[in-house]
Amino acid sequence: MKRQQETTCAYCGVGCGVQATVQDDAVIAVAGSPGHPANRGRLCVKGSALHETLDHSARLLHPEVGGQRVDWPQAIQAVAEGLQDTIRRHGPDSVAFYVSGQLLTEDYYVANKLMKGFIGSGNIDTNSRLCMSSAVSAYKRAFGTDTVPGNYEDLEQADLLILVGSNAAWTHPVLFQRMQAARQKHPDKRMVVIDPRRTATAGSADLHLPLRPGTDAVLFNGLLAWLAEHGHLDEDFLTRHTEGLTATLSMARRTAASVASVAEQCGLTLEQVETFFRWVAATPRTVTFYSMGINQSTSGVDKANAIINLHLATGRIGKPGAAPFSITGQPNAMGGREVGGLANQLAAHMEWDDPAAVERVARFWGASSMASGPGATATELFEHIEQGQIRAVWIMATNPVVSMPEADRVRRALQQCDLVIVSDCMAHTDTLDLAHIRLPATGWSEKDGTVTNSERRISRQRALVPAAGEARHDWWIMSQVAAAMGWGDRFQYRQPVDVFREHAQLTAYENEGQRDLDLGAWADITAAEYDALTPLQWPVNAQWPMGRPRFFADGQFHTPNGRARLIPIHPRTPQSSQDAQQPYRLNTGRLRDQWHTMTRTGIAARLTSHISEPRVSMHPDDAAREQLQDGDWVSIRGSGTSGADGKTASEFCARIDCTRDQRPGELFVPIHWTRQYASQAVASSLVPGHVDPISGQPELKHAVVSVSPWTPSRQGFCWLPQALADPPWPAWIRRDLSGGTLYQIAVEAFSGREWLQQRWPAAQFQSFVDAYAETERVAAFLDGRLSAVIWLQPRLPEVNPEWVDQLLAAELETADRRDLLAGRSGGVADPGPIVCSCYQVGRNEIQSAIGEQGCRSVQALGQSLRCGTNCGSCIPELKTLLERQQQPV
Amino acid sequence: MRQRWIIVGHGMVAMRLLREIVALRPEQVQLVCIGEEALPGYSRIGLSDVLAGKRDIDSLQDVATDWYERHDIQSLHGRVVTIDRPRKRVTLADGNILHYDRLLLATGSAPRLPDVPGIDLPQVRPFRTVEDVCSLLAVAPGSRAVVLGGGLLGLEAAVGLAGRGVEVTLVHREGWLMNRQLDRQAGDWLEEALAQRGVRFLKNTEAAAIEPEGAACRVDLVSGERLPADVVVPAIGIVPRVDLARDAGLEVGRGVVVNDWLQTSDAAICALGECAEHRGTGYGLVAPLYEQARVLARQLVTGQGSYTGSAVSTQLKVSGVPVFSAGAVEAEDPNDLIVWRDEAHREYRKLILRNNRLVGAVLFGDVRDGQFYQDLIERQVDVSTVRQTLVFGAAFCTELPAQKIEIPEQVAA
Repeated sequence: MKRQQETTCAYCGVGCGVQATVQDDAVIAVAGSPGHPANRGRLCVKGSALHETLDHSARLLHPEVGGQRVDWPQAIQAVAEGLQDTIRRHGPDSVAFYVSGQLLTEDYYVANKLMKGFIGSGNIDTNSRLCMSSAVSAYKRAFGTDTVPGNYEDLEQADLLILVGSNAAWTHPVLFQRMQAARQKHPDKRMVVIDPRRTATAGSADLHLPLRPGTDAVLFNGLLAWLAEHGHLDEDFLTRHTEGLTATLSMARRTAASVASVAEQCGLTLEQVETFFRWVAATPRTVTFYSMGINQSTSGVDKANAIINLHLATGRIGKPGAAPFSITGQPNAMGGREVGGLANQLAAHMEWDDPAAVERVARFWGASSMASGPGATATELFEHIEQGQIRAVWIMATNPVVSMPEADRVRRALQQCDLVIVSDCMAHTDTLDLAHIRLPATGWSEKDGTVTNSERRISRQRALVPAAGEARHDWWIMSQVAAAMGWGDRFQYRQPVDVFREHAQLTAYENEGQRDLDLGAWADITAAEYDALTPLQWPVNAQWPMGRPRFFADGQFHTPNGRARLIPIHPRTPQSSQDAQQPYRLNTGRLRDQWHTMTRTGIAARLTSHISEPRVSMHPDDAAREQLQDGDWVSIRGSGTSGADGKTASEFCARIDCTRDQRPGELFVPIHWTRQYASQAVASSLVPGHVDPISGQPELKHAVVSVSPWTPSRQGFCWLPQALADPPWPAWIRRDLSGGTLYQIAVEAFSGREWLQQRWPAAQFQSFVDAYAETERVAAFLDGRLSAVIWLQPRLPEVNPEWVDQLLAAELETADRRDLLAGRSGGVADPGPIVCSCYQVGRNEIQSAIGEQGCRSVQALGQSLRCGTNCGSCIPELKTLLERQQQPV
Repeated sequence: MRQRWIIVGHGMVAMRLLREIVALRPEQVQLVCIGEEALPGYSRIGLSDVLAGKRDIDSLQDVATDWYERHDIQSLHGRVVTIDRPRKRVTLADGNILHYDRLLLATGSAPRLPDVPGIDLPQVRPFRTVEDVCSLLAVAPGSRAVVLGGGLLGLEAAVGLAGRGVEVTLVHREGWLMNRQLDRQAGDWLEEALAQRGVRFLKNTEAAAIEPEGAACRVDLVSGERLPADVVVPAIGIVPRVDLARDAGLEVGRGVVVNDWLQTSDAAICALGECAEHRGTGYGLVAPLYEQARVLARQLVTGQGSYTGSAVSTQLKVSGVPVFSAGAVEAEDPNDLIVWRDEAHREYRKLILRNNRLVGAVLFGDVRDGQFYQDLIERQVDVSTVRQTLVFGAAFCTELPAQKIEIPEQVAA
């Protein structure tokens, strides 16, 4: 029987409503919920493929202790004893939780309570530290609280959208589509994109400011000074509701005195800067939408405050179409902020520096051992592990040996840690592989609880299907451990609503309007009400029973004197700078169809079809200087002894992608590939552990590196029915297809035939050898069934992975068998790299539709090929292709 | 005044020539065709199928009985014994004398017989004519046959006989079968396939003598083996039949020497088919010979066109096993070689390049792209841009310049 159920997407901070179709305990289809305010029926390609990532074959299905499968009571006992033993011997601060914006609010709440109220340490931090902690700190500095002033409608109502350090077209596609739809309806609306790279987002902008990395604060200081000089400040708002203008303005003038000075410091033209300033001056409805490009910096808090300064100084806050807007990366980073699941937060928008709050929370929880102050933030936490202060760590739903800066160092730290407990839904992640105790957690479609999106909207993520194997909810696992440690009476949760109710009660507890976060209306919520919960923007209390769309238009801030604070910003450049040894700046970020460390999106073949390998984006001038051509392999090295061996620098090995979208001297690499998916392509391993002094957020957007060419003798692909435990090639990138695994490989001395013969001595071979062209293509068959294919030649062969997958999914027909080593089907034009993942439309097809069928617009392409008509994430790329091809040659 | 064109020989090539001429509707021409065999104009290549039991003799002729009459062609059963060139007359064995305006020699070839004692024994039966096939069909199941020669004809004789329950041993002088058309890999796989049909192969040896042994005989090989045989089928090659031409004083090499208009040293006499030698080459396969027939007919009727030779390609099913060969068989430099091989399915492709041009192709099992490769060999197209996909066939080489277009032949000077 089929049924439909509403839930929320598992990926980014947009928090789209998803309508899942469930049949026989399986999610068979997903669609955007037409009624959900975040997306109104839209879904991006990752969301559209949610049901393609739920295969149980890659899941962790049973608890394991020391590599042995155990039952849950044994696993719980092992965790409890391990933690207790560590606490007994080394004190409460010798244990830590490292959790995740992937957890639901209920999970987060239990984790926070267990650590801070019962274990008695502040050592709980989260991967949100890497994502938006600078934005949180900036909000708190300015508003007194971590409060998102506006909502998504503001993005449509704004007449000027300033996107700073955000490639929303790829990272938050649904919001970007909403912005684009509004612009289409009102062509006089403008979009400015501030980003060193010419991203898909920048390509769609009316003005792109490709500024020098890390100079955002100069630009916004300059803007503030210029607006003041030209009489564009909202004096009334400033006088009545803010403080700090004088110092702020004076600092702005000192550091960014003129358009010329700004242009010079930011590496922009006068015209670019002036146009931007004039547009801002002329447009009251301005939203500044910022993301990792601001946050992931050693001056991230300052940069965010420079942005907020602008909005406070112009009174553009809390009004329709006017707000500073930090967009988060994770589905429930916001929920984590609300429960206070970070080391430097207490709980429910209460802070450590208020002793009354600490006492209040302890009282509410019935805490047996209340922590007294902040714990270790992410980078500190792993440093403490390295130094032996933290002896036991419990990692949940995140992959720090890939995502943390100095990833290889984090890996070494965990390797020497006494007790590593990892809860995850997948069987293999780089982090899980280092765990002493492995706990199978439920994943999306099984998890049941709430998440909060970037506009403060709380939505239900619902259980659609039974848990895989023996997977359990994270809140249940932690509650069981708490009980085993002797605190069972304080963790008597039977279902998620029990946790949520307690969380709502805490937000309202002795609140009296003191704290913005107040879910008092849900303090007695029943299971039935919880199940039927409709998405609302907090607060949800007596005053705002249906939630509150915006804050601060009234000028009321949650600071002691009720005034917002303008913060004087002294711009600082990124901490590491280039020199002769490390002449390139390195930027890192996301790709369109991947999510974090690929543990789930890597499973869906559709999602790896857009970009199937980590490429190093490089300006052609740099490539020419290094004597490199597009597609050549390079080794990128960080500095010092950051490598896996602790002696040499970390290394990232990939092919370059020559593009003028990069500024000269600057490289970009994607963050997604792990040791599961590539030999040496963990971007974070190249990034030093420099953090923002206020937020503790690492500078993941900036490292300095060297580039050296690597010339493999041959490269190509290897298809196998299953992934290998230990791939034999010096460089490889794994791609999971629906019917097997495709490795892109680069080799020195390697004979495909010999290797296959060793593995399968009884195999029969199909081979293609061209000695002169150094081509070797070989397929091995065992009992008539294909067991491997290898395609090798000096340059990457044109193998069409989608065709290979399709071909091998079915029984191999004789005719197809003949084409196997060709790597594509004959007579049918190669569709080229996939641009539209939803409908699997390739670049060559699009180019021929433009060239031969005369498609002149995105709409025409959509009518002809369907590309861009589902999630729209590829529309910027379609536009680029249209522009390129329509230029007279 | 009507001209008389006499065709000497009435085999497949003569038949084709007749058809080509008729198709051009020449006026004032009387065609005469003189053949020795009782059954005129039949498909000789169909004899293998007859031996294999796949078709009967009646099906070898594919023109209706009144076809000659309708086209005013005189078909004579007989043998031309002399040509009187000065008087433009031929004399038949029965004494008849015919005048010709044009004489077209299509005398074909005879089986080459090994020069060994006993070759004239009655157990020795070649495999060339309907008569030969009839006598092979009469060989009883369970008898022993020795086939000499592992070329196409020998293989078909061997498989045909084996299929009839005859115990067949094939003796081949070279290291692998069809060594003129195939390389060792293809030859070996061909042997393997045919061995499964019950043929035993002895290679790298040849007959030294054939000795009578009661009603049967015994083939003694140079390797020392002795093979008792009820029938011996020599299939080591052909010899062009040139006696008539030589006796008439025409220039003769291995075959009757012809120029690009297929004229012999006497312009009134043309020669084509297996008996002819053009630019030093004699052809034995149907396709180039049909090409000669087409060119000659056009030349005779319209005075246009010339023959510049054919790229030899062999595309055939050797007893159901498809093989193809065109141009060079072996590469001089291993760097010129592209090889694709499917061991399990016994499919194989070898391409030989020189200066980025295809000069040879050997295909085994899957021969669908044979014509594609032959065309590339003939046109000498630069294939460097498709080197990586060339071996996968035409469907993967769409970027190559379009295939050969038929262009009007140049007017003869």
